Order: sequence, then C-alpha cells, then structure tokens
Amino acid sequence: MAKIWTRQAVLRALDDAMSDDPTVILMGEDVAEAGGPFKVTEGLLAKHGPERVIDTPISEMAFMGVAVGAAVCGLKPVVEIMFIEFLGVALDQLATQAATMRYLSRGRLTTPLVVRASAGAGQGFGCQHSQMLDHWLRGTPGLKLAVTSNARTTYGLLRSAIEDPDPVVVLEPRILYSEREEHEFDPAYRTPLGKAEIVRTGKDATLVTCGAMVRVAIEAAASSNASIEVIDLLTLWPWDRRTVLESIARTGRLVTLEEATASAGWGADVASTVASEAFGKLKAPPHRITLPDAPVPYSGVLEARYLPTPAYVTEQVAALVSTNKAPAPWWRSAA
Amino acid sequence: MTISNSNSPLARREALQNRLDQLQRMVEIRGVENRIQKLFAEGHVRGSTHLANGQEAVSVGIARSIDPDDIVTCTYRGHGHALALGVTPAGVIGEICGRTIGCAGGIGGSMHLVEPSVGLLPTAAIVGAGLPIACGAAMAARARKNGRVALAIFGDGTANIGAFHEALNFAAIQKLPVIFVCENNLYGEYSRINLTTPVEDIAVRAASYNMPGIIADGQDVDKVAQAIAGAVKRARRGEGPSLVEMKTYRYSGHSRSDPGTYRPAGELDAWMKRDPIAIFAERLTAEKLLAPGGLEQMQAETDEAIEQVVAEVLASPAPDLVELFAHVSAQSPGGDQRHSFWRN
Repeated sequence: MAKIWTRQAVLRALDDAMSDDPTVILMGEDVAEAGGPFKVTEGLLAKHGPERVIDTPISEMAFMGVAVGAAVCGLKPVVEIMFIEFLGVALDQLATQAATMRYLSRGRLTTPLVVRASAGAGQGFGCQHSQMLDHWLRGTPGLKLAVTSNARTTYGLLRSAIEDPDPVVVLEPRILYSEREEHEFDPAYRTPLGKAEIVRTGKDATLVTCGAMVRVAIEAAASSNASIEVIDLLTLWPWDRRTVLESIARTGRLVTLEEATASAGWGADVASTVASEAFGKLKAPPHRITLPDAPVPYSGVLEARYLPTPAYVTEQVAALVSTNKAPAPWWRSAA
Repeated sequence: MTISNSNSPLARREALQNRLDQLQRMVEIRGVENRIQKLFAEGHVRGSTHLANGQEAVSVGIARSIDPDDIVTCTYRGHGHALALGVTPAGVIGEICGRTIGCAGGIGGSMHLVEPSVGLLPTAAIVGAGLPIACGAAMAARARKNGRVALAIFGDGTANIGAFHEALNFAAIQKLPVIFVCENNLYGEYSRINLTTPVEDIAVRAASYNMPGIIADGQDVDKVAQAIAGAVKRARRGEGPSLVEMKTYRYSGHSRSDPGTYRPAGELDAWMKRDPIAIFAERLTAEKLLAPGGLEQMQAETDEAIEQVVAEVLASPAPDLVELFAHVSAQSPGGDQRHSFWRN
C-alpha cells in the first residue's frame, strides 16, 4: 500500500470522474493553466483539454451561475471555490437557483453540479479564509453537503457527489491536503452520501464529528480512559440519524465535536434529535464541543486555543462520563 | 391568413411564424395580464404579480426570432415572455392561481413560470440570476456543437447588479453564444432610471465587455425581431455575445400594490400613444393581413377565450399535499422526469 497525500485524492477523483464521464467539466480560478492554487488539478488541462478544464475570472457569481445553466443543459460541472468564504458572493446561484431548479420544474430540470471548497482553520489564514461555513448551506432543501476527513473519504465523497443528480457541496478541510495516509486507490470506491461511518467503537460515549476534527476525535479517544465511539458524519445534510441513534442506544452519552461556532453549529441539530428521540437512553445530557462565538484569530497562539485539541476533547468527555453532567467550555471562564 | 388555435406550447411557438398570430399573441398577453389583475381583486391570487403591459412587442419579437430549443432565462416580470414562448394561458393563469393546471403545478407562482419544451427555464425572482445561468446554457450548447444559443431577458434595474457585469465579462471572455436582452422600461422597481443609473442607454455598457451594444425600439415588434435576429445570427456563427437594449415602458407599477404615482405627469400618456399592439395592428392593416376593425374583433375573441381558460383554471384543484415534498431531490416523491435538451 502506498502513502498518498489527501490533495492527490482530490486530483485522482476529478481525473477518474472526467475519464469516466465526458460531460464532467471543471471550472474555477486558476484550476487549468496553474494546476490549482492547492495543486489539486495539476495535469488535468493537458489530459482533458481547455473545453473541460476552464480557468475563470475572479468572478464567483458568474461561474457559479454558469455551472447552474450548464448543469441544467446536460453537463456535470465541478466548481472550485478556492476558500469557502468566496461563496458569499455566489450564494444566490447555489442556495436559491440550483437548489430550487428541480422543485420549480417539477422534476423536469435538475442541477447535477458539485461545488468543492477548501475550508477550515488552523493554518494562519485569518478570519476571512478560515471558516467552515457549513451553516450557510445546511438545511437548504435541494442541496446536499458533505465534509471530507482523509484521502479515502475525499476520493469517495467526490466520486459520489459528481455522480449525484442534484447539487452537492463538498467541503475539503484545507489542513488535510498536506496530510498523508496509507491508501490504495480503487476507482470503484465510493463513500455514499447520507451515510455516517463509525471509525472507532466504544461503550461509554458517542463522539460525533466530521472533517478535520475526525483526527482530533480519534487521537482523543486513543488517549482516553473512557471508551469512546467515534462517528464521522461525512454528510452534514441530510445527516445519518440512524447510525447516531443506534450508537447512542449503546453508549448512552452524546458528545459532538464541531469546527463550528457554538450558536450555529450542526451539533445543535444532532443534540436536539438525540434528546427528542433517545431521551430514555441517555445517562447524561447531550454535550457539544464547539468553537467559541468569535471569528477565527490570526495569531498562532490564539488560533491553537480556538480549535479543540485532543487533550481538551479527552478532558471534556472524561468529565461528562464521570459526572454525567455537561462540563463548561473553556471560554466561559476565559471570556 | 388565419390564427392558429393550438394548446401545445410547441405548436403555439411555431405558430408565431404567422404575422397575424404574432398580433394575436400580443393581444393575448395584454388580455391575460388584465385578467390576472382582476383575479387578484377577486381573491384568487396570492403574494404579488409583476405586470408588463406595454411591453408585449418585446416578448413576441424575441419569441419569433429564436428556436424552441434555444434556452431562455427571464426575471419575475415574465408572464408575457412565457406566453410568447409558448406557455398556454391555462399554464400561466393556472400557475398564478396556484392550481395543478399551472405550468409548475401551482408550486411556483407568478414569479416562477417554466416550460422546458420551449426552452424556458424557471423564471427567477432574484434580479440578475438569469444572466450567468444563460451563459452556462450557452456553454453547454457549445460543448454539444449544436448551434443553439441562450438568451437572458432582464430589466434596466438588472444593469446595476454584479451578476450583469460578471455575466457579460464571462460571456465575452469565453465568446459564448448568448444574447443579453435588456428591457429598459425606465423604472427599476419604484425608482426612475436617472436616480439609479448614470447612463441613459444600458447598451453603452457593452463596450466595456467588447461586445456589440444594440438599441432597438421595443414598441415595434418587427424592430425587436430584427435586432434579436442579428444578435442570434452572430452568436450562432460563433462570434460571441451581444447586449440588446429594448426601449419600452410598463403601463402598470412595479407590482400589484404599486400605483406608479412616482411617474412624471404625461409620461404614461406619451408612451401609450406608441402602444405596441396599435402600432403592429396598423402595420398589418396596411399589409392587408388584418381587415379594418379586425383588431377589435380579435380582442373580443381573445378575451372570450381567456374567460374560458379562467373557468378551467378555477375548476382545477390546488396541488395535493404530496407535492409539497415532491421533487426536492432525486430521492423525493415524484420520480425523475428529466427533460433532455437537444437530442443531437
């Protein structure tokens, strides 16, 4: 088995999808000639040609809308949004136009497009290049939203998203691009949309997470005295209620680990679902580990504090398991 | 020469090759919009509607100059365009009344008319949204090498939103077969153009994007058709996009609740003297296609036909509860009805 970079998984997924389906096209800023700002599209222009690998102006509103029109008319556009914040100027085309095309046309028009965006904190890009922003999209009927967590799920989710008949947003935690893991590419491998994975089993608590926080959760679970089950949600909308509820029935405790601000995180939906549907199974209140309600700081010292660390997660889960009471977040005493 | 009488959107579209049908369609659009206003007063219409009476020549001039498998995007002021492109009066009135007979089954409403069989994508309630989408349709057409074009219809208010500029820039860079049609009716919602836009002619903005900017008389259906046909020909030859500005006027306010009192005295009357239906009827009379008094007869017959449609619409039910959940995604009820543009 070879060690591969996560960014290679993006490239391989795009390349394989383009080879398998001649209607797949790529669009974005610097994705063609330059091979992509994160080098995830290198070589695709030479292999698939300028009609399918398209450099755009710095003009997200235009090329997101172009993707919508092209998708309705039979192409499968994959759009790269360099940093997820850039979606702000193109949100209408995705959340209002693409997401309602099928509904308004009563199934006669569909929008099979994929938006890939790098997202997340941890690399000193400051507050306008470091958010996840899944809460802008989650809960929009007609859109699906997935988050990659390693090379394998990156390949698998991208292939599934490109094959999906509806618009899908795939958030790629930027910090993972330069991580390596043992993985053998299998062109038939898919990570199904809407299905979570149990990545570690345990019996004291269920730690539900996604994206770059998956590896934080795994590290926390490995060094914990408590037995922690780790679930990678993979698809944030629609999310896999069954896998989570079945796990809660076994462990009796829910902890969400979110790279999201406390007041807008996806874990609020997970916690309310578990509280409503598995109340009798719970030994402790559902607990959420989130970011504070503050923008992402640039300072390395502060950004390291801002993101949950494995040690902090271990401590929080241990407190919940030993007392059956939800521990306070670190920022309550710091703010 | 007689008027075609068909209920299929495609046949209605093809009928527009007949000049008398063009006039009849303009009369129909005026009649349907007047009736919609009345249906509102009668309590059959919810939300809002955006009428375009006075702009009928633009709708029909466009529809007769492009093919049914060319793609059209349009704004929420789209009743006339939908009817001109081929959507039936029952499809339009039914949609506005929220009935299953409507072109979107009563799920979309006045601002979301749609008919894939004649190239009409769902009309958009967001200013500017249709321009980038038309560029994408044009890109798909070019990828298929099928000679099809896309056309975006929008108002002068759209010329100040980013999507207008980004779409024109993108289309020019990519040399896409797309035609941007601006209906300059002098008002963006409640505001006159001089208060919002530093140029009088939207067409001058084409120069920044290195494409032709053409101005046409939007009250004359033949002038509209001529301008559109030229831009379409250029697009089909692979020479890229054009911006075509139609000088026109809406007789009503922005939406149902707007009486349009902000208009300077005399402006409406001056425009009504150049009514597109009167101008074209006079020409057809001169061409001996329309008998003297023929317009009045046509209007009476059309209004009668519209009344029959209204009766049919009001007898049509509201959508079933399942439609609320249908067609949200491929997994929803309703199944995949996907329309394929362009078999070749």
